[in-house]
Amino acid sequence: MRVLVCVKRVPAPGAKINLTADGQAVDTAYLAFTTSPHEECAVEAAVQLVEQHGGESTVLTLGPAQADEQLRYAASIGINKAVLLPIETAEWDPQRTASAIASAIRDVEATDGAFDIVLFGNESADSGNFQVGVRVAHALGRPMVNGVKGIEVDGASVKARREADAGVEVYSLQMPVVLGVKEGINLPRYPTLKGRLASKKVEVAQVAPGGERGGQQMITLVQAAEQVSQTIVLGHGPEAAPAVVDLLEELGILK
Amino acid sequence: MSEVPSTARVVVIGAGIVGNCLVGHLSRLGWTDMVLLDKGPLPNPGGSTGHASNFIFPTDHNKEMAFLTVDSQNQYIAAGMNNTCGGIEVARTPERMEEFKRRMTSAKAWGIDARLVTPAEIKELVPFINEEILLGGYYTPSVSVVDSLATGTQMRDEAVANGVLSVFANTEVLDLLTEPAPGGPRIKAVVTDRGTIEADHVVVACGVWSPRIAKMAGANIPLTPAVHQMADVGPIDILQQSGKELAFPIIRDMDTFCYERQSAGSMEVGSYAHRPILMRPDDIPSIAASALTPTELPLTYDDFDPQMEQAIELMEMLGDAEIRYAINGLLSLTPDANPVLGETPEVRNLWSAAAVWIKEGPGIAQLVAEWMTYGYPHMCDPHGSDISRFYPHEKTEWHINARCNEHFNKTYGIVHPREQWASQRGLRRSPFYAREEALGATFFDARGWERPQWYSSNEQLFAKFPQAATPRTHEWDGRWWNPVTNAEHLQMRESVGVVDLTAFNEFDFEGPGATAFLNYMCVNQVEVPVGRSVYTPLLTPHGGFRGDLTIQRLGEEHYRVITGAFDGGRDHYWFNKHLPTDGSVTFTDRSQGICTIGVWGPNAAKTLAKIATDDTTAPYDLSQGGFPYGAVREVLINGVPCTMYRISYVGENGWEIYTRMEHGLTLWDAVFAAGHEFEIIPVGIGVYAVTGRIEKGYRLMGSELESEYNPVEAGLARPKVKSADFIGKAAYLAARAEAPAAVMCTLSMDSQQCADGYDRFPTGGNEPILTLAGDRIVDAKGRVSRVTTAGAGVSLGKYLLLAYLPPEHAVVGNKLQVMYMNECYPVTVEVAGSTPLFDPTDTRMKG
Repeated sequence: MRVLVCVKRVPAPGAKINLTADGQAVDTAYLAFTTSPHEECAVEAAVQLVEQHGGESTVLTLGPAQADEQLRYAASIGINKAVLLPIETAEWDPQRTASAIASAIRDVEATDGAFDIVLFGNESADSGNFQVGVRVAHALGRPMVNGVKGIEVDGASVKARREADAGVEVYSLQMPVVLGVKEGINLPRYPTLKGRLASKKVEVAQVAPGGERGGQQMITLVQAAEQVSQTIVLGHGPEAAPAVVDLLEELGILK
Repeated sequence: MSEVPSTARVVVIGAGIVGNCLVGHLSRLGWTDMVLLDKGPLPNPGGSTGHASNFIFPTDHNKEMAFLTVDSQNQYIAAGMNNTCGGIEVARTPERMEEFKRRMTSAKAWGIDARLVTPAEIKELVPFINEEILLGGYYTPSVSVVDSLATGTQMRDEAVANGVLSVFANTEVLDLLTEPAPGGPRIKAVVTDRGTIEADHVVVACGVWSPRIAKMAGANIPLTPAVHQMADVGPIDILQQSGKELAFPIIRDMDTFCYERQSAGSMEVGSYAHRPILMRPDDIPSIAASALTPTELPLTYDDFDPQMEQAIELMEMLGDAEIRYAINGLLSLTPDANPVLGETPEVRNLWSAAAVWIKEGPGIAQLVAEWMTYGYPHMCDPHGSDISRFYPHEKTEWHINARCNEHFNKTYGIVHPREQWASQRGLRRSPFYAREEALGATFFDARGWERPQWYSSNEQLFAKFPQAATPRTHEWDGRWWNPVTNAEHLQMRESVGVVDLTAFNEFDFEGPGATAFLNYMCVNQVEVPVGRSVYTPLLTPHGGFRGDLTIQRLGEEHYRVITGAFDGGRDHYWFNKHLPTDGSVTFTDRSQGICTIGVWGPNAAKTLAKIATDDTTAPYDLSQGGFPYGAVREVLINGVPCTMYRISYVGENGWEIYTRMEHGLTLWDAVFAAGHEFEIIPVGIGVYAVTGRIEKGYRLMGSELESEYNPVEAGLARPKVKSADFIGKAAYLAARAEAPAAVMCTLSMDSQQCADGYDRFPTGGNEPILTLAGDRIVDAKGRVSRVTTAGAGVSLGKYLLLAYLPPEHAVVGNKLQVMYMNECYPVTVEVAGSTPLFDPTDTRMKG
């Protein structure tokens, strides 16, 4: 089985993210970078698929040279190969990104063989356009399911499960397929020390990204209004108990 | 948001291990009306304390740091926050095994239980270690992991419970206000985002942010935030199965600068091997902009990778462990790797308690609390950590970064007691530098000054003094040392030598109040006739040594203090702090403008007589009677205006000669030309500070003279005490009234032969003096007998040691032992007290 997982280098969550003065970019002075959480799960899924069914996994990203870090992180938990589509300018729009990735996939497949499954994260953690995976699937003419929280491979077919409002939707697809994975499908492993060291030796193939600018253009970034959380002291000591009970009932925890 | 109080007696900024313990100790010492601030939340405001690995290896070669570490560990034990697991420093190289012998010696000195262990014994204690790559280990059973946050909380809560402390977390300091005062600005108030607090005292205990906070008041705390990489890896079966937080000793893999410390089911791997990564305090992210805390930055993996390989080599199981938490943790580094403590020289009542590790935090908090309470700490001498030790050039970011870049990788290094800095050299050169360089000087650093330690030009003297050419068999003993020092010593004693003393500091005190002021500062009577001098200790309020220097009376109202390069900053601060506020005394630091040589030896007078004249060009009378010992005179030397001071630190007749920097070279050339017929030589500091001095038993500030000892014990008490009051007088009188608990002694080594059959040469690095039974010697005040200076008594043919001994051992002829590199050598007490071993009557010097 050949599995491809596409990831994106994004600022690590957990802290206030500042913008540059011109509002055109994120201020990276204090930032660490990571892979979008949905994609971390996609990487884990790719590793597990190959562990279960044999074959080979590849990670691909379109991003700056520093995105090498995310490729090697994926390699450190067990992905076999890595492809970088290096870009120098700021973020590409989803249309152009998808076009470049689809083209790169065709190139890779032309030499190494077709991917049975191409995995994406459901959406990126930074821009959240929800587009690239769908556009790539469309360009490649392959079936696509988004929001996937379960993957089962059976011969040439794949069952993809996703949560619906009331229940679970199960899709059956014939490979090759494209799947958009959602956080919760698995618990991504941490890299081991050996994995980290092995990842340094993985060769990262570079594919020059092509594609024309799409219709979507970033005008400016705006800092989201700070969410102010308020602390209410319910009381001190045993006297606070009734207020705590009231609150728990109000929240539906106690009935 | 609650408002801060408008006034306080003391505001402590920073609720890490130091700030928390400091308010606790201040409370115990009776302080009230205190405020503790931190910009972060409690109990972990986000400084270095919060991510510390929290273990304590008590052995340190440095007495001050060893004392404070052991004291701190005892405080953690008392707080119930000490988890003893033992620790093993392991060696991969023979050099490290040698270092472990030295560690055994320091452990003996400080009374720490430790032993050398074989690879097999290490394996027994730590079954998952790869003992095959190890040569051995240094095992300390008392190594522990402490809970620094809980200990800090406990100390803080104690002060709150005593009703003397208000605590404000999430409170940012916006400014520090000062007010003009005589002698320099004084701290006035702390401006916070919750209001302004007027305060008598402010303490900066802000760890990596300390420079930024101090700068708000115009003070400089010289440290830099620096990265220490650490990763928590796991789960690991054998650790999980232990069911304990700490079931195995902590391993320090000394030769890879790495440690492995169990943390329940996982292992913390920490590194001091990566490239130095320094930051600026202002570049540390805010709390809001930090994913974890401001001092837990994302690990830069490329820097850590080599360490991972070494860790796996030592413990294969680590290879399959997952990296679950990995940081570039920030900690504080200073130019000399010591803490930065005490009142800032720039701002009165603004205190620094910074660059402190968890292992020494509670002890240092107590030390600073005592300093604030008593005017000087009681528990131990803090001179190595005193913020006033730094000269201006040492407080620049340039210097801090250069030295920290140099010493970061020595955190687990093997550092020789005489080791010299490679960076920031050549910053201060005497006018004689070019001549010295041409004479093949090897320069040592003296707080920026380049001082010749010995001269290769003097190797020719080996033909004359073949006994001087003794090499030292063991590389360690001969490192940063050269036998030519012995030859220089002998030639000086036989004829005449010249020592560059430009690193001296010269402080002028002038005005109608000068006599009274200096008498208040000094033990001995400074009111000597004009043209005479006095050698005197300066005491702490509790009667220990604070300084040791000479004072020349140049005029009725004009005194000049001469003090050494290593004490200049601290002495400058101490005089300035006490300077009268009525304008009756002016203090001028003339050090930058004055250069100095010492000319000593039996032919010193004959040499100088050829070129010394008075202002009528008449030859100057340099005879014993005409220019008595201790006299200070204005003399022309070959036409150069000089001040000649008849004094000696090496036990020979001669003079310290001072002149202005621009005259220096002419003075040097004139002296050497005049001395040619006497085979005059340049003499290095190796003679001045060690061999010449130790034969005379002269004490050195910072070695023999520390605040833990008084002049009676040091043998420096004069027969009478002046009537004028002076700092430490009451304690001094009390010390005179009782028998000393220790006596400074000169000892000689009866044999230097080690087990391998060759001679060893202790470096004077706190080697313990032991009884013949091998027991430590501790005096009635709890102070251990240890070597304070060691060196060859070249003219005596003996290897000499200085050490304080309790009276029962301070008996001439008493046989004892000294431990050096974990071997014991027989020694004999040669002198108890200050009588010189060489020329006991001082005839050579004083006639």
